[in-house]
Amino acid sequence: MAKGLNKFARSQLLVPLFALFLLVVFNLIRDIEFFSISIITNNDGNTVLSGNIISIINGASELAILAIGMTLVTASSRGQDISVGAVAAIAGSIFVSVLRGNQITIPIILIAFLASCFVAVMFGVFNGTLVAAFKVQPMIATLIMLSAGRSIAYWINGGATPTVSSPLLVNIGGFIPGIPIPTPIIIMILFGVLIWLLLRFTNLGLYTQVVGINEKSARLNGINAALIKLLSFMILGVCVAISGCINVCRIGLINHETLLLDIEMDAILAVAIGGNSLGGGKFNLSGSVIGAFIIQALTVTLYAMKIPSTAVKAYKAIVIIAIVVISSPIVKEYALQLRNKLFKKPAKVMENCENNGELTI
Amino acid sequence: MINNRGLLTGILGKKHRDPISNTSFLLRITICTFIGMYILAMLIWGGGFLNPQQFLDLFNNNAFLIVIACGLTVVMIAGGIDISGGGVTALVTMVCIVYLDDHSGSVIGSLCIALGIGITFGLVQGILISYLDIQPFIITLAGMFFAKGMITIVSAVPRTAAQEAFVTLKQFRFEIPGIGYYGKTGNFIPAKIELGVIVAIAVVLVVAVILKWTRFGRNLYAVGGNKQSALMLGINVRRTKFYSYLLAGLLSGIAGYLYLLHTGAGDAANATAAEIQAIASAIIGGTLLTGGVGSVLGTLFGVLILKTMTSIVVTSGLREPYWQSITTGLMLCFFILLQSVVLALREKGSLKLSLPEWIKFRRKKSGTDSTP
Repeated sequence: MAKGLNKFARSQLLVPLFALFLLVVFNLIRDIEFFSISIITNNDGNTVLSGNIISIINGASELAILAIGMTLVTASSRGQDISVGAVAAIAGSIFVSVLRGNQITIPIILIAFLASCFVAVMFGVFNGTLVAAFKVQPMIATLIMLSAGRSIAYWINGGATPTVSSPLLVNIGGFIPGIPIPTPIIIMILFGVLIWLLLRFTNLGLYTQVVGINEKSARLNGINAALIKLLSFMILGVCVAISGCINVCRIGLINHETLLLDIEMDAILAVAIGGNSLGGGKFNLSGSVIGAFIIQALTVTLYAMKIPSTAVKAYKAIVIIAIVVISSPIVKEYALQLRNKLFKKPAKVMENCENNGELTI
Repeated sequence: MINNRGLLTGILGKKHRDPISNTSFLLRITICTFIGMYILAMLIWGGGFLNPQQFLDLFNNNAFLIVIACGLTVVMIAGGIDISGGGVTALVTMVCIVYLDDHSGSVIGSLCIALGIGITFGLVQGILISYLDIQPFIITLAGMFFAKGMITIVSAVPRTAAQEAFVTLKQFRFEIPGIGYYGKTGNFIPAKIELGVIVAIAVVLVVAVILKWTRFGRNLYAVGGNKQSALMLGINVRRTKFYSYLLAGLLSGIAGYLYLLHTGAGDAANATAAEIQAIASAIIGGTLLTGGVGSVLGTLFGVLILKTMTSIVVTSGLREPYWQSITTGLMLCFFILLQSVVLALREKGSLKLSLPEWIKFRRKKSGTDSTP
């Protein structure tokens, strides 16, 4: 029991879970009703769940999906993709332009989704090729798409913000009749399970970590490091297409300038808050998903406190800095030393101090 | 790491030596590209490009970007990254305007505030990044969020400076004797530069001197090139990194004041995407994000290339706003691939021999491995 507790204390999920817990407690103190879930009937006549928890999880679903892909890219390529928001705008534009050209039925939605998926994966291949074959830093390689992406979306849309309206799309962005849980949550869970199965039953997860930890030795052991990096970028492309399409369905139009704006920053933050090293190597997908929930819970809390939307960023930054400072290895080590001093335990040599100086972007 | 060979061989005294370092090689590519691009633009489109004022306006409009990019270059050479520059710039403009107009402050006071904000950001970010080993991207991202959020807390509406002393300073222009153009009525209009340009050029020169001839500057290259070997050589890695962020913060503060001097407006939308443009300029200028390679002179030319490209795109008739970002992306792609290929070839040693003699004018007998 004590050993299990000790293991949990060392786990990278400790700080994110604790931060989430603090947020929950803070909200409960502020407003005891904050987390109440009620069953209401919405405008379409469906019985649905409603409440802040549901809206937090619902709002975080795009971010969580992106964070999963971003974790894989971070782990394998030791860098981050900063173009996800821009590529999501392109994927959303493709989705909308296919839908607008046809009568909206379920097969057409599927085709539109596959088309946007294909485009997003192609951009993933472009980024991945630069990173894997030309050995460019991921952040620089994706800077190209970051600066050009939203303009390409503008060009696809012809400078307008076309709308699509269909009850089917409302179902995807909102609720399917008869199911009380918002559809984006279901999609997120399905996708999460899919990725988990992929990592569980193939070697992809292991290879990704190996390539991230030491690319050279991975190559010497017969792993195609470039292919693994490319694959991780392609998976991120799928994530980008899914979240772009969900977002389009949610709002019912495509605005190339505001669709998933700044989501790349939030996705990277989710990865970091989840306790994953941005320097690549070992990763924990659940940490990133929890990180996404923390970010969304924080945003919802700040909005609930009537803080103007433009000022939310400043408060968010303070919380983020607090979280990363607490979870930094050096602070952890100080805390352990302090605890040992206070409880007169023999000082232990920590392995944590070994990985100083390895964290580079 | 590709770039520590020069340092290590210099110390160990081995004979294997690059003819010119990667830093100056990439710098030369950048400068040649800029000159070629500008001459091409003059030949093809003429008109505005022949006007010296348009050339100087490149500096007038982008003095703040040059300064931000200089700070970023210093951080990138040390192997880090700072994306808070644009946010700090915008925050400085807003705080200074509120101070000047609402609190009837003096120009000197506002300058001190600008520098103070910059140094504070640099200090906090530097401590968190170098002494607590937190990833620089996260900290400076949080710094950017904080700065952008603070702007609207300081003042919710955009402001324009009205204080007299400041407006006089803002409208001050240097006339360059002998250079100018003829107006429509045939009168000679001398070319003018703003005060900010002189500051920006001074910053470039000072940072270049620091990088080239001071212990701190050389330490930056060593730390960025290979942290472990820098540590073994007795360099205080943490302190070097800390000072690099401090310098970047200070330069962001200066950049904010230059932005204010140029536009005279405080707005949350000021300097949007300046950090992205600064990173792009630094990359075009030959600075590698891996650290250890780069120069501020290259960054200066990076800014010029980026902005010349924009005006070429506008002049050539592609006035739709999306063309500018698409060409920026294409240009970045070109330079990134060029650098990647050039550095890979140089690693293999095949490009070294194919270089014409005049490019490697510095060391005469280098590059020939057979000579004893």
